[in-house]
Amino acid sequence: MSSADLKANRPLSPHIWIYRWPLTMVMSIAHRITGAGLYVGTALLVWWLWAAASSDPRDYDSLRAFFGSWFGLVILFGYTWALLHHMLGGVRHLIWDTGALLTKTPRNFLAIATVVGSATLTIVIWVVVLAVRS
Amino acid sequence: MMRTPLARVRYFGSAHAGTGHYWLQRVTAIANLPLVIAFIVILVSLIGRPQAEVAVTLGSPFVAAVMLLLTLSITVHMRLGMQVIIEDYIHHKGLRLIALVANTFFAIAIATLAVIAIADLMFRA
Repeated sequence: MSSADLKANRPLSPHIWIYRWPLTMVMSIAHRITGAGLYVGTALLVWWLWAAASSDPRDYDSLRAFFGSWFGLVILFGYTWALLHHMLGGVRHLIWDTGALLTKTPRNFLAIATVVGSATLTIVIWVVVLAVRS
Repeated sequence: MMRTPLARVRYFGSAHAGTGHYWLQRVTAIANLPLVIAFIVILVSLIGRPQAEVAVTLGSPFVAAVMLLLTLSITVHMRLGMQVIIEDYIHHKGLRLIALVANTFFAIAIATLAVIAIADLMFRA
């Protein structure tokens, strides 16, 4: 045994990059990305507040022109989803902080509930927005 | 045997900050929940409205209070979150320090600018 050939043609280390991503891992990454997006997007909130407070009506007009454009609407829609996804993901983490629902089935259920919940709420909010606007 | 005096490490752990970061992240997360829901309601009700109406609503006491608390809670929360992202991904010490300082400055700048606009809207009525 002690003379075992250490350079024998034994299996190499496993391909650690090649495996199916666990759902909770995808959700963890999504939580970070949405958080970072929301971080940058706070600049838009400041823009809105300053435009609303501005004495020059052109400032609010240009804000409305931006958010009324397809590009602005895409950002707003994405921001809505990111906000809700991060919010529901945060609730998930708060639940986990108590030690509850950490086993396989409940944690995957929570992950799916976060995705379905955030998508549904985003659509509901935008249906209300379009109804209010028209 | 060299050991760190107990008094210097008690409650503080290896990060020398104890559970402060974790705790504040959770407290602001909980605060964000009702505040963000209220913010969405405010935003949806003001979308497409004329500036004068938006200004009056944002400056009204209850809405302004929500916006101020929201500003405080989200800027603290996002600074803590971005700090963790920076610490996880930026390994170069100098760059990391710059990023951490920039993170703090950004959060404070956003908070200050938002508070100034809300205060302006509050006190003009």
